[in-house]
Amino acid sequence: MSNGPLQIKAISGHAGPVAGSNTSRDYDVCKLIDVTTCIGCKACEVACLEWNGYPFRETVFDNTYQTMPDMAWNYYNLIRFNEHTAEDGTFSWLMRKDQCMHCADPGCLKACPADGAIVQYSNGIVDFQQEHCIGCQYCVTGCPFNIPKLNPVTKKVHKCTLCSDRVGAGLEPACIKACPTGCLHFGSKDDMTELAEKRAAQLREHTAHTHAGVYDPPGVGGTHVIYVLHDIEHPEAYGGLPKDPRIPLLVRIWKGPLKWLGNFAIGAGILAAAAHYVRFGPKKVEEEKSAENSGVTK
Amino acid sequence: MNAALTVRRYTYRERVMHWLTALTYSYCLLTGLAFYSPHLFWIAEVLGGAPTSRFWHPIFGTGFLAVAVWMHAVWRRDMAITEADKSWLDHVEDYATNRDDRVPAQDRFNAGQKIFYWLMYYGALALVTTGVVLWFPEYISFRLAWIRQVAVLLHVCAALATIGGFIVHVYMSVFLVPGSGAAMLFGTVPAAWARTHHRLWYARVSGQADPEK
Repeated sequence: MSNGPLQIKAISGHAGPVAGSNTSRDYDVCKLIDVTTCIGCKACEVACLEWNGYPFRETVFDNTYQTMPDMAWNYYNLIRFNEHTAEDGTFSWLMRKDQCMHCADPGCLKACPADGAIVQYSNGIVDFQQEHCIGCQYCVTGCPFNIPKLNPVTKKVHKCTLCSDRVGAGLEPACIKACPTGCLHFGSKDDMTELAEKRAAQLREHTAHTHAGVYDPPGVGGTHVIYVLHDIEHPEAYGGLPKDPRIPLLVRIWKGPLKWLGNFAIGAGILAAAAHYVRFGPKKVEEEKSAENSGVTK
Repeated sequence: MNAALTVRRYTYRERVMHWLTALTYSYCLLTGLAFYSPHLFWIAEVLGGAPTSRFWHPIFGTGFLAVAVWMHAVWRRDMAITEADKSWLDHVEDYATNRDDRVPAQDRFNAGQKIFYWLMYYGALALVTTGVVLWFPEYISFRLAWIRQVAVLLHVCAALATIGGFIVHVYMSVFLVPGSGAAMLFGTVPAAWARTHHRLWYARVSGQADPEK
């Protein structure tokens, strides 16, 4: 965590252990979501709204246990509800807490043109700074997880901050604090990865979920939000979790080779025009002689 | 013939049209460059702040297309590529090295000007078509995210193509061909200028016989 000295050591009247105690003092943070123990209670959604000071949004009932169809600019955190039939015919409800994944290689940050609108802290949190946001939504194009959302009134884009304001004060994110089943954990990336791998191994060895695994996609450099999934082979079953997320190829071309090619071409074009002028100078109109022979010069 | 004689090259309407495209294109160019490169982001701040630039860029862009369509209605025929343009292109090296006496006589616009015109016309269409996607990306669902990605890439490609044309256009009209800037400002050119650069057009508008015949 970012500030060792301000890590809370003891809490008065607090049931259970002190949040974050006994974790390593590594600098990067990670949220672990064990979807196998999520009961879909939405306490994390409520905690997220409360901490960020947003009212509960209007919604539509779609005959499922999902709060609303999608996340919104003032709704960072949504438990996606999916009814899933496995190959052997067994039926299950898959609950997945969906929010910003805090990629180590964030597509939103790569695509953003506004100076200072997106920052990545050294602890791994990717945070939007709305006062610098220009509302272009290039971040929406760069994100492989469909996370950033525009406030249509202010034209500023918002997403989960991983409670950077709480983490900066040595607290765990609001969703972690609210989770009643312990399916949410927060700590250093190393600790969370170890815990996740341990849980996935437990599921493989002691349950029917022989394909259980940890979702920490390498295509975006790993993420600072990781999942334990029942079936790591089919992340799509959890409501659109991409199997191999990457910053879109066209975005990488745009921000990579095309940009350098364009810079070079513009610079070379201007220099070439200047060189041409020095070499050949301005065009001259026909001298007075042409007035005599009616413009025929051949 | 008196060398001080002038010929009307552009009507008032054509000049208004041209300077409206110049204004709208330049605004989009400057703000677009600000969004294109972090090193040029200061342009957006100078022009009233980056959110302001983001707000006006697509509106000016739509204005650019609107004037380009108007221009198309007026200049479509003048700009049509003809067989005669091939011979100019065969002599493009002579033209570029200022050996203008070897370049065949030209009508109102030479092939280079026509190519620039069509580049900007189709550029405007491409920029606005892809630009609409960048203007309202929130209406494109994540399933169709590839549309946003294709649009942003094509928008940059189209912009770079028009910037190439724009550099040549500004260089030629301000530096390489003296008199062309004044022509677009005040509408007239000296007769000698018209004879040198657009002899067929000059012969036509001055009522002389076609010098090629």
